[in-house]
Amino acid sequence: MAKEWEQMTPAEKRADLDSKWLSPPGIKYVNAEAEKGYKGRVQRILDAVNMKQPDRVPVIPFVGFFGAFYAGYTPYDVMYDYDKLKYSFGKYVLDMKPDGHLSVTVSPPGKLHDIINYKLYAWPGHGVAKEHSYQCLEGEYMKANEYEALTSDPTNFFLTGWLPRVMGALDGLKMLTPFTNMTEMYGGFTGAAYVPFGLPPVKAAFKAMLDAGDEALKWIGAVGSFGAEMTAAGFPGFFGGGTKAPFDTIGDTLRGTKGIITDMYRQPAKVIRACEQFVPIMVKMGVDNAKLNGNPVVFIPLHKGADGFMSDEQFKKFYWPTLKDLMDGLIAEGCIPFPWAEGGYNSRLKVIKDTPKGKVIWGFDTTDMAEAKKILGDVSCIGGNLSIATLSVGTPEDVKNACKKLINDCAKGGGYLMLSGATIDNVPPANIKMMIDATKELGVYK
Amino acid sequence: MAKDLSKALADLKEDEVVAIVQEKLNAGADPIGILAEAGKGMETVGTRFAKGEYFIPDLVYSGEILKKINELVKPKLTGGTAAKTGGKVIIATVAGDIHDIGKDIVVFMLDVSGFEVYDMGVDVPIQKIVDKIKETGATVVGLSGFLTLAYDAMKHTIDAIKAAGLREKTKIMIGGGQITPEIVKYTGADAYGKDAIEGVALAKKWLGVK
Repeated sequence: MAKEWEQMTPAEKRADLDSKWLSPPGIKYVNAEAEKGYKGRVQRILDAVNMKQPDRVPVIPFVGFFGAFYAGYTPYDVMYDYDKLKYSFGKYVLDMKPDGHLSVTVSPPGKLHDIINYKLYAWPGHGVAKEHSYQCLEGEYMKANEYEALTSDPTNFFLTGWLPRVMGALDGLKMLTPFTNMTEMYGGFTGAAYVPFGLPPVKAAFKAMLDAGDEALKWIGAVGSFGAEMTAAGFPGFFGGGTKAPFDTIGDTLRGTKGIITDMYRQPAKVIRACEQFVPIMVKMGVDNAKLNGNPVVFIPLHKGADGFMSDEQFKKFYWPTLKDLMDGLIAEGCIPFPWAEGGYNSRLKVIKDTPKGKVIWGFDTTDMAEAKKILGDVSCIGGNLSIATLSVGTPEDVKNACKKLINDCAKGGGYLMLSGATIDNVPPANIKMMIDATKELGVYK
Repeated sequence: MAKDLSKALADLKEDEVVAIVQEKLNAGADPIGILAEAGKGMETVGTRFAKGEYFIPDLVYSGEILKKINELVKPKLTGGTAAKTGGKVIIATVAGDIHDIGKDIVVFMLDVSGFEVYDMGVDVPIQKIVDKIKETGATVVGLSGFLTLAYDAMKHTIDAIKAAGLREKTKIMIGGGQITPEIVKYTGADAYGKDAIEGVALAKKWLGVK
């Protein structure tokens, strides 16, 4: 009998997830060529991750709403109509044949966010134009004096503090008492803890959550069938889950940029403690989805550790230790951390080199890729920085030249993926096609 | 205790800054003088940022300390503050884009460098920027944007400035995480600053400030 997950070593966990990615259960491929194509693409990515030389450089454009634009839709259209979402994103994959797709989860369910009266983002038709992507509305959704509340009971803080602030329809959750009060019958502990559930504002909040749940089910149905259909056609999803660096978790949507920056000076110990506390929570977030999806790659978009956004000393003190712990935690659970360093990471390269060999994919936005290869090339698979500016306003010839330069600088010996530097939305399709075709032509290892 | 307000501010010593300001106010010091000293401290912060000794968190935190100084001084303030002498610059995040961190840093650096800055905020409609140029007579405009949608918004804004007959006398710089020389060409801007320091250098060059 196969070993239980808990009994497996990290290497066994990784092998288990790799094999599920290579041979997903229950898939009926459209034909033998699709099956061969699927396995070949996954193996190509795994070879690169394992610091081996694949048959050629894998190419994965980092698409946002590109599929929607490509098929003649707006982001609004696909956020509110899951058939259009599946059709358009699938059309891009089937027409252009990248080595991996990025699912359709970049397009969240619009109606769900209407139902919960979401305050944290503006989205198409709801604060931004229907033709544009969603954007975060920064704020101090957690106050400077709430670190104790957060760290003493993160779930209760989210439930009764944070959710009511970022989801207007859940305002009633403020009235809940901690679920940990429901210890027993004696003395009415449990009875008293149920009182809030009888109150109209709490009922209204739960009603909104149930309605949002109905919508989430419709959306996840589209997400699941999209993935299965792409697999059947020969195209793997690139990652199985996502999580965030603990510092960004606190900084992005709890304290906000200005909040976390001032906390670094006014209450540094509390910031570090909160980051440490969020490591296992963030590990679990990534691992659970990777296991569910049978794909070891866990995407970690990095925000506030970029060049200039803090000094190297601050990076080493506040950002890197818990990002490293997060990655080590993911690796121990058989996952492949895929930190995606937005902005530049030139001054951080020597610090982030400190990971086990062949276990991590580093994705870069504007970082000097030749330098990244030089410093990280014997430790980690790297990819990125096919300039989004070139993809947006350049000619296909410009794109081909950019691919050529990246392959010359980075591809030697393997351990390299061709990735765009930033999310691709409304970009000329000929340029994306060229990114894929040029890599297939120029990225062959001989 | 050191009495040097500008030094304490430049060194980001918040508690010390507050104590000095309170002490000065209690002793009946001129609020304008306190603000002038604070201004000097902020200039040093700007210089250290330009030299690569300070980073974004240091700028943001100094701004927070300055806010505290203003709150303390404000009740005692009767007259206006000193006029800016560096020239007029309009700064806006273009239509469709709501990102403000980069823009705010450019505004901050221009301000401490002595420019009169018109900060129009984020998601600024094209016509409003054209109107602002007419209203203020500013000859330098900085357009900010973080998302790739900003490429077209910048281009359309610059086209509208041209159509209003204002392009000849207006120098336009653009900036943002995904701006490159290719985007300067695409949008028809005059130049881009890869960071706030370059933005200030461009404004100084165009307005003849040394």
